[in-house]
Amino acid sequence: MTASLRLVLVWAALMGLLALTIGASFLPLGPVLPVISYAIAAAKAGLVLWFFMELREEGGLARLAGMAGFIWLAFLLTLLAADLTTR
Amino acid sequence: MSERALHDPFTRLDRQREADRLGMLLFLGSEVMLFGGLFAAAMVLRLQHSHDYIAASKEMHYWLGGINTAVLLTSSALVAGALEATRAGRARLSGWLLGFAIALGLAFLAIKGTEYAIEWREGVVPRFSDAKLHGGPHELFMVLYFCATGLHALHVTGGLTLLGMMIWPKGAARAEREATTLGNVALYWHLVDLIWIFLYPTLYLAR
Repeated sequence: MTASLRLVLVWAALMGLLALTIGASFLPLGPVLPVISYAIAAAKAGLVLWFFMELREEGGLARLAGMAGFIWLAFLLTLLAADLTTR
Repeated sequence: MSERALHDPFTRLDRQREADRLGMLLFLGSEVMLFGGLFAAAMVLRLQHSHDYIAASKEMHYWLGGINTAVLLTSSALVAGALEATRAGRARLSGWLLGFAIALGLAFLAIKGTEYAIEWREGVVPRFSDAKLHGGPHELFMVLYFCATGLHALHVTGGLTLLGMMIWPKGAARAEREATTLGNVALYWHLVDLIWIFLYPTLYLAR
Protein backbone atom coordinates (compact mmCIF):
# COMPACT_ATOMS: atom_id res chain seq x y z
CA MET A 1 0.00 0.00 0.00
CA THR A 2 1.36 3.44 -0.84
CA ALA A 3 1.97 5.88 1.98
CA SER A 4 -0.59 8.41 0.71
CA LEU A 5 -3.34 5.79 0.30
CA ARG A 6 -2.66 4.58 3.84
CA LEU A 7 -3.01 8.15 5.19
CA VAL A 8 -6.29 8.66 3.32
CA LEU A 9 -7.69 5.40 4.72
CA VAL A 10 -6.66 6.32 8.27
CA TRP A 11 -8.24 9.77 7.82
CA ALA A 12 -11.48 8.14 6.57
CA ALA A 13 -11.49 5.78 9.56
CA LEU A 14 -11.03 8.77 11.91
CA MET A 15 -13.99 10.58 10.30
CA GLY A 16 -16.09 7.41 10.60
CA LEU A 17 -15.25 7.10 14.30
CA LEU A 18 -16.11 10.77 14.84
CA ALA A 19 -19.57 10.23 13.25
CA LEU A 20 -19.99 7.10 15.38
CA THR A 21 -19.17 8.86 18.66
CA ILE A 22 -21.59 11.74 17.92
CA GLY A 23 -24.30 9.25 16.92
CA ALA A 24 -23.75 7.07 19.99
CA SER A 25 -24.14 10.08 22.31
CA PHE A 26 -27.80 10.37 21.21
CA LEU A 27 -28.69 6.76 21.96
CA PRO A 28 -30.30 6.03 25.35
CA LEU A 29 -27.21 4.29 26.72
CA GLY A 30 -27.15 5.86 30.18
CA PRO A 31 -24.09 4.92 32.22
CA VAL A 32 -22.65 2.84 29.34
CA LEU A 33 -22.20 5.95 27.17
CA PRO A 34 -18.89 7.15 28.75
CA VAL A 35 -17.44 3.65 28.22
CA ILE A 36 -18.36 3.78 24.52
CA SER A 37 -17.27 7.44 24.09
CA TYR A 38 -13.85 6.81 25.59
CA ALA A 39 -13.40 3.49 23.76
CA ILE A 40 -13.97 5.34 20.46
CA ALA A 41 -11.64 8.18 21.58
CA ALA A 42 -8.98 5.57 22.46
CA ALA A 43 -9.40 3.97 19.02
CA LYS A 44 -8.95 7.38 17.35
CA ALA A 45 -5.91 8.11 19.54
CA GLY A 46 -4.49 4.71 18.62
CA LEU A 47 -4.80 5.47 14.89
CA VAL A 48 -3.13 8.87 15.35
CA LEU A 49 -0.30 7.43 17.47
CA TRP A 50 0.28 4.38 15.28
CA PHE A 51 0.05 5.94 11.81
CA PHE A 52 0.39 9.75 12.04
CA MET A 53 2.96 9.75 14.87
CA GLU A 54 4.65 6.76 13.21
CA LEU A 55 5.01 4.61 16.31
CA ARG A 56 4.52 1.66 13.90
CA GLU A 57 7.98 2.39 12.52
CA GLU A 58 9.67 3.01 15.86
CA GLY A 59 11.61 0.69 18.13
CA GLY A 60 10.59 -0.33 21.63
CA LEU A 61 12.31 2.61 23.34
CA ALA A 62 10.43 5.29 21.39
CA ARG A 63 7.12 3.42 21.79
CA LEU A 64 7.65 3.23 25.54
CA ALA A 65 8.51 6.95 25.68
CA GLY A 66 5.40 7.74 23.61
CA MET A 67 3.13 5.73 25.93
CA ALA A 68 4.75 6.72 29.25
CA GLY A 69 2.55 9.80 29.82
CA PHE A 70 -0.64 7.83 29.12
CA ILE A 71 0.40 4.99 31.44
CA TRP A 72 1.04 7.33 34.39
CA LEU A 73 -2.18 9.19 33.61
CA ALA A 74 -4.05 5.87 33.73
CA PHE A 75 -2.65 5.30 37.25
CA LEU A 76 -3.75 8.78 38.33
CA LEU A 77 -7.30 8.38 36.98
CA THR A 78 -7.73 4.80 38.27
CA LEU A 79 -6.60 5.57 41.82
CA LEU A 80 -8.60 8.80 41.91
CA ALA A 81 -11.75 6.97 40.76
CA ALA A 82 -11.13 4.16 43.26
CA ASP A 83 -10.90 6.72 46.07
CA LEU A 84 -14.01 8.67 45.05
CA THR A 85 -16.28 5.69 44.39
CA THR A 86 -15.47 3.76 47.59
CA ARG A 87 -15.83 6.49 50.20
CA MET B 1 22.26 18.50 2.88
CA SER B 2 23.04 15.54 5.11
CA GLU B 3 26.39 16.99 6.30
CA ARG B 4 24.60 20.16 7.40
CA ALA B 5 21.82 18.23 9.08
CA LEU B 6 24.24 16.40 11.39
CA HIS B 7 25.08 18.20 14.64
CA ASP B 8 27.50 17.57 17.51
CA PRO B 9 27.78 15.32 19.48
CA PHE B 10 26.33 12.83 16.98
CA THR B 11 28.44 11.01 14.45
CA ARG B 12 25.57 9.32 12.63
CA LEU B 13 22.25 10.65 11.36
CA ASP B 14 20.18 7.70 12.57
CA ARG B 15 21.51 8.13 16.13
CA GLN B 16 20.75 11.84 16.00
CA ARG B 17 17.24 11.17 14.72
CA GLU B 18 16.60 8.59 17.46
CA ALA B 19 17.75 11.02 20.18
CA ASP B 20 15.65 13.85 18.70
CA ARG B 21 12.53 11.68 18.56
CA LEU B 22 13.04 10.36 22.07
CA GLY B 23 13.45 13.86 23.48
CA MET B 24 10.32 15.06 21.70
CA LEU B 25 8.25 12.05 22.83
CA LEU B 26 9.32 12.59 26.46
CA PHE B 27 8.36 16.26 26.21
CA LEU B 28 4.99 15.24 24.80
CA GLY B 29 4.61 12.86 27.78
CA SER B 30 4.91 15.89 30.07
CA GLU B 31 2.19 17.61 28.01
CA VAL B 32 -0.05 14.58 28.51
CA MET B 33 0.43 14.95 32.27
CA LEU B 34 -0.32 18.70 32.10
CA PHE B 35 -3.68 18.07 30.42
CA GLY B 36 -4.08 14.96 32.57
CA GLY B 37 -4.72 17.20 35.58
CA LEU B 38 -7.65 18.81 33.77
CA PHE B 39 -9.05 15.42 32.74
CA ALA B 40 -8.74 14.25 36.35
CA ALA B 41 -10.69 17.35 37.46
CA ALA B 42 -13.37 16.56 34.86
CA MET B 43 -13.63 12.99 36.13
CA VAL B 44 -14.00 14.12 39.76
CA LEU B 45 -16.68 16.63 38.78
CA ARG B 46 -18.54 14.00 36.76
CA LEU B 47 -18.37 11.37 39.54
CA GLN B 48 -19.50 13.78 42.24
CA HIS B 49 -22.14 15.75 40.31
CA SER B 50 -23.05 13.41 37.51
CA HIS B 51 -26.57 14.83 36.94
CA ASP B 52 -25.33 18.46 36.79
CA TYR B 53 -22.33 17.49 34.67
CA ILE B 54 -24.57 15.87 32.06
CA ALA B 55 -27.01 18.80 32.13
CA ALA B 56 -24.11 21.23 31.57
CA SER B 57 -22.62 19.14 28.78
CA LYS B 58 -25.99 18.98 26.99
CA GLU B 59 -25.95 22.78 26.72
CA MET B 60 -22.65 22.72 24.82
CA HIS B 61 -22.63 23.31 21.06
CA TYR B 62 -21.64 19.77 20.13
CA TRP B 63 -21.83 20.43 16.38
CA LEU B 64 -19.25 23.23 16.61
CA GLY B 65 -17.02 20.93 18.66
CA GLY B 66 -17.64 18.14 16.15
CA ILE B 67 -16.74 20.32 13.16
CA ASN B 68 -13.60 21.37 15.01
CA THR B 69 -12.70 17.71 15.66
CA ALA B 70 -12.99 17.00 11.92
CA VAL B 71 -10.95 20.13 11.09
CA LEU B 72 -8.14 19.17 13.46
CA LEU B 73 -8.06 15.48 12.39
CA THR B 74 -7.86 16.56 8.74
CA SER B 75 -5.10 19.04 9.53
CA SER B 76 -3.15 16.26 11.27
CA ALA B 77 -3.56 13.97 8.24
CA LEU B 78 -2.22 16.75 5.98
CA VAL B 79 0.85 17.21 8.18
CA ALA B 80 1.48 13.45 8.09
CA GLY B 81 1.23 13.68 4.29
CA ALA B 82 3.66 16.62 4.21
CA LEU B 83 6.18 14.54 6.14
CA GLU B 84 5.90 11.71 3.60
CA ALA B 85 6.28 14.23 0.75
CA THR B 86 9.42 15.72 2.33
CA ARG B 87 10.98 12.27 2.67
CA ALA B 88 10.15 11.58 -0.99
CA GLY B 89 12.02 14.77 -1.95
CA ARG B 90 8.83 16.61 -2.96
CA ALA B 91 9.44 19.81 -0.99
CA ARG B 92 6.95 21.83 -3.04
CA LEU B 93 4.06 19.42 -2.39
CA SER B 94 5.08 19.31 1.27
CA GLY B 95 4.86 23.11 1.42
CA TRP B 96 1.32 23.09 -0.02
CA LEU B 97 0.15 20.39 2.38
CA LEU B 98 1.62 22.31 5.34
CA GLY B 99 -0.07 25.49 4.08
CA PHE B 100 -3.48 23.74 4.01
CA ALA B 101 -2.82 22.24 7.46
CA ILE B 102 -2.07 25.73 8.83
CA ALA B 103 -5.24 27.12 7.20
CA LEU B 104 -7.28 24.39 8.93
CA GLY B 105 -5.55 25.16 12.25
CA LEU B 106 -6.55 28.82 11.86
CA ALA B 107 -10.10 27.71 10.99
CA PHE B 108 -10.12 25.71 14.25
CA LEU B 109 -9.22 28.84 16.24
CA ALA B 110 -11.83 30.90 14.37
CA ILE B 111 -14.57 28.34 15.13
CA LYS B 112 -13.43 28.14 18.76
CA GLY B 113 -13.54 31.95 19.01
CA THR B 114 -17.05 31.98 17.51
CA GLU B 115 -18.13 29.42 20.08
CA TYR B 116 -16.71 31.54 22.93
CA ALA B 117 -18.61 34.56 21.55
CA ILE B 118 -21.87 32.54 21.42
CA GLU B 119 -21.33 31.41 25.04
CA TRP B 120 -20.67 35.01 26.08
CA ARG B 121 -24.00 36.08 24.54
CA GLU B 122 -25.79 33.12 26.16
CA GLY B 123 -24.48 34.18 29.57
CA VAL B 124 -22.63 31.00 30.55
CA VAL B 125 -19.16 32.53 31.07
CA PRO B 126 -18.28 32.37 34.81
CA ARG B 127 -17.64 35.79 36.45
CA PHE B 128 -17.88 37.80 33.24
CA SER B 129 -21.23 36.93 31.70
CA ASP B 130 -22.93 34.50 34.07
CA ALA B 131 -26.65 35.29 33.85
CA LYS B 132 -27.62 31.75 32.76
CA LEU B 133 -25.40 29.65 35.04
CA HIS B 134 -27.44 27.27 37.20
CA GLY B 135 -25.30 27.18 40.33
CA GLY B 136 -22.07 25.60 41.57
CA PRO B 137 -21.50 22.46 39.49
CA HIS B 138 -22.55 24.22 36.25
CA GLU B 139 -20.12 27.05 37.00
CA LEU B 140 -17.36 24.53 37.80
CA PHE B 141 -18.04 22.75 34.51
CA MET B 142 -17.79 26.00 32.54
CA VAL B 143 -14.59 27.05 34.38
CA LEU B 144 -13.13 23.66 33.49
CA TYR B 145 -14.31 24.07 29.88
CA PHE B 146 -12.66 27.46 29.47
CA CYS B 147 -9.43 26.35 31.18
CA ALA B 148 -9.13 23.14 29.16
CA THR B 149 -10.11 24.54 25.76
CA GLY B 150 -8.17 27.77 26.42
CA LEU B 151 -4.99 25.86 27.26
CA HIS B 152 -5.60 23.69 24.20
CA ALA B 153 -6.08 26.78 22.01
CA LEU B 154 -2.70 28.09 23.27
CA HIS B 155 -1.17 24.79 22.17
CA VAL B 156 -2.86 25.12 18.76
CA THR B 157 -1.35 28.61 18.46
CA GLY B 158 2.09 27.26 19.41
CA GLY B 159 1.75 24.39 16.94
CA LEU B 160 0.70 26.79 14.17
CA THR B 161 3.76 28.95 14.89
CA LEU B 162 6.01 25.89 14.58
CA LEU B 163 4.28 24.75 11.36
CA GLY B 164 4.61 28.28 9.98
CA MET B 165 8.35 28.21 10.67
CA MET B 166 8.56 25.10 8.47
CA ILE B 167 7.36 26.96 5.37
CA TRP B 168 8.37 30.56 6.07
CA PRO B 169 10.59 32.37 5.22
CA LYS B 170 12.66 29.84 3.31
CA GLY B 171 11.11 26.46 3.91
CA ALA B 172 14.50 24.87 4.56
CA ALA B 173 13.00 22.29 6.92
CA ARG B 174 10.82 20.71 4.25
CA ALA B 175 13.77 20.36 1.88
CA GLU B 176 15.64 18.34 4.50
CA ARG B 177 15.26 14.73 3.35
CA GLU B 178 15.66 13.19 6.80
CA ALA B 179 12.81 15.42 7.99
CA THR B 180 14.04 15.41 11.61
CA THR B 181 12.84 18.92 12.41
CA LEU B 182 9.62 18.61 10.45
CA GLY B 183 9.06 15.17 12.02
CA ASN B 184 9.25 16.61 15.52
CA VAL B 185 6.98 19.55 14.66
CA ALA B 186 4.52 17.04 13.19
CA LEU B 187 4.63 15.04 16.44
CA TYR B 188 3.68 18.17 18.39
CA TRP B 189 0.78 18.92 16.03
CA HIS B 190 -0.52 15.35 16.34
CA LEU B 191 -0.40 15.62 20.14
CA VAL B 192 -2.54 18.77 19.99
CA ASP B 193 -4.96 16.67 17.93
CA LEU B 194 -4.81 13.76 20.41
CA ILE B 195 -5.74 16.02 23.33
CA TRP B 196 -8.75 17.36 21.44
CA ILE B 197 -9.85 13.78 20.63
CA PHE B 198 -10.32 13.27 24.39
CA LEU B 199 -11.55 16.78 25.23
CA TYR B 200 -14.44 16.45 22.77
CA PRO B 201 -16.32 13.52 24.40
CA THR B 202 -15.38 14.80 27.88
CA LEU B 203 -16.92 18.25 27.45
CA TYR B 204 -19.46 17.95 24.62
CA LEU B 205 -20.79 14.40 24.49
CA ALA B 206 -21.72 13.58 28.10
CA ARG B 207 -25.46 12.90 27.93
